[in-house]
Amino acid sequence: MGANTIAAEDQAYLRIENLCKVYATRDGEVRALNDISFSQRRGEFLSHVGPSGCGKSTLLMIAAGLLAPSSGAVRVGGRKVDRPRTDIGIVFQNPVLLDWRTALGNVMLQAEARKLNRKEAEARAGTLLESVGLGGFEERYPHELSGGMRQRVSICRALIHNPDHLLMDEPFGALDALTRDQLVLDLQALVSERHMTVLFITHSIAEAVFLSDRVVVMTPRPGCIDRIIDIKLPRPRTLAMRETPEFAEYSRQILDLFLARGVLREH
Amino acid sequence: MTEILDSTVFAASHIAAGGGELEAGIRERRRQRARRERIAAVIYPIGMLAALIAIWEAAARLFSLPPYLLPAPSAIVRSMDANSAVLVKESVTTTLEIVLGFLLSVAVGVPLALAIYLWRPFARAVYPVLVSSQAVPKVAVAPLFLVWFGFGLLPKVLIAFLIAFFPVVINTAMGLAALEREKIYLAQSMGLGPFATFFKIQLPNALPSIFAGLKISITFSVVGAVVGEFVGGQGGLGYLLLIANGNMDTALLFAGIVALTVLGVIFFALIGLLERLVLPPHAVEHTSFGRETM
Ligand SMILES: Nc1ncnc2c1ncn2[C@@H]1O[C@H](COP(=O)(O)OP(=O)(O)O)[C@@H](O)[C@H]1O
Ligand SMILES: [Mg+2]
Repeated sequence: MGANTIAAEDQAYLRIENLCKVYATRDGEVRALNDISFSQRRGEFLSHVGPSGCGKSTLLMIAAGLLAPSSGAVRVGGRKVDRPRTDIGIVFQNPVLLDWRTALGNVMLQAEARKLNRKEAEARAGTLLESVGLGGFEERYPHELSGGMRQRVSICRALIHNPDHLLMDEPFGALDALTRDQLVLDLQALVSERHMTVLFITHSIAEAVFLSDRVVVMTPRPGCIDRIIDIKLPRPRTLAMRETPEFAEYSRQILDLFLARGVLREH
Repeated sequence: MTEILDSTVFAASHIAAGGGELEAGIRERRRQRARRERIAAVIYPIGMLAALIAIWEAAARLFSLPPYLLPAPSAIVRSMDANSAVLVKESVTTTLEIVLGFLLSVAVGVPLALAIYLWRPFARAVYPVLVSSQAVPKVAVAPLFLVWFGFGLLPKVLIAFLIAFFPVVINTAMGLAALEREKIYLAQSMGLGPFATFFKIQLPNALPSIFAGLKISITFSVVGAVVGEFVGGQGGLGYLLLIANGNMDTALLFAGIVALTVLGVIFFALIGLLERLVLPPHAVEHTSFGRETM
């Protein structure tokens, strides 16, 4: 057990160490995160699941170097993060597309910002859009696309530069169930193809279990880590797998934690 | 609706050829509908206006209203024809004042908004003063400008500027501030510097709001120029209105009003055209209704 832990620490790609975040607001301090520590291996799909307001977004933004922690540290490959990380692709709950750029233009923003070779990047953007079912929609503007399609564009934008680390903050939270299922499947395919390391935030237990190698269950605010659960389901995962007893068992474990913490109440 | 679209899109993109035709058909129909709407948007108000003028003409003849009270449209047209040289000459004067006042509003308003947005202490000091200064009835300041700047072009331009620059400042500052935090985060994660972020994301993001400000501003410039001419005019359409009024030449008065209206509409349309050129088509359509009714 001890040897195992050390091995895991050695492989750690992302390390979060004793992270706390306190927001100063008009009516006093809000402690959003309290002493969070965990690590992520390269190639691992790690999800955080927790109730709304428990600090998940805060955690992701700190992991991205976009917010400074109040105390504690983020390390990537052993190096401390003290500025916005540019080795990442990031996806927010809203697609955050630029209205005046086409689908392709939005994906290319990333390439332009990084001064990638235009021709190559355009070809790759086309392939990416095609692979999420947006072939033929390259020249459409965001208002001509549905919510699901917009979020697909934003995922392509986060992948075009082949980032080391993909960070996603409830990317499917605003979508309907069917679109969500499709995007979860698309994401799984994209990620396994590229052996991506993904830090994924969700409030959906099913989504977390379906996609992850490990699920970090968070407590209500101030967000602490309640438990980290290994998901040992074979890959690639299929929709039918959601009906298996193993899947149900993982879901129930997380549900029980939520019930115990009063996140959910069965009257 | 979006959901149906979403799933058909999925089907379409996976079926390929057959789906492509269906897509094209839908787009073609949508285009036709948009064209019909555009034509209707022009025809209906024109029809309405024509009807009103016809009623006016009929009423003027039927009740034989005295022309110094309400001249018939035909009399106004005759007056415009008879005075066309004067109308054109005074329109040129007023146009110059409007354009200069507007350009000055933009030249001062946009940098001022930038400074307000970028430099907090400046915003703290200037913004409240700017906003409360709007309580001053600017028309009442016009005589003061005559005392300071005489009777030439300058006071008219300055009055137009005084009235017109505020919407430019407010709309530009609001547009710049309306940038969502996620867009800033996104730019940072892409390694986009502050300059590139401003020009690639923040400024285009603010453009619809800026154009809304410009449209209000050009309308206010017209008002400003006319007020300037009322107070200390030696020329211009506002001055013509005063003269016509003094002579009880109500037909000429109306002719001047028509000329001013035409000027106002032309300038508004020019800004709209510029907006169409600068912004992608949908952004204009989405917001224009609310703005053009201002
Ligand atoms: N910029 C901020 N200023 C003050 N409080 C904040 C800010 N951002 C988030 N919070 C508070 O911190 C807590 C955690 O927020 P967040 O990280 O967005 O949670 P989650 O993403 O899990 O819903 C919430 O109570 C929220 O109100
Ligand atoms: Mg959140």
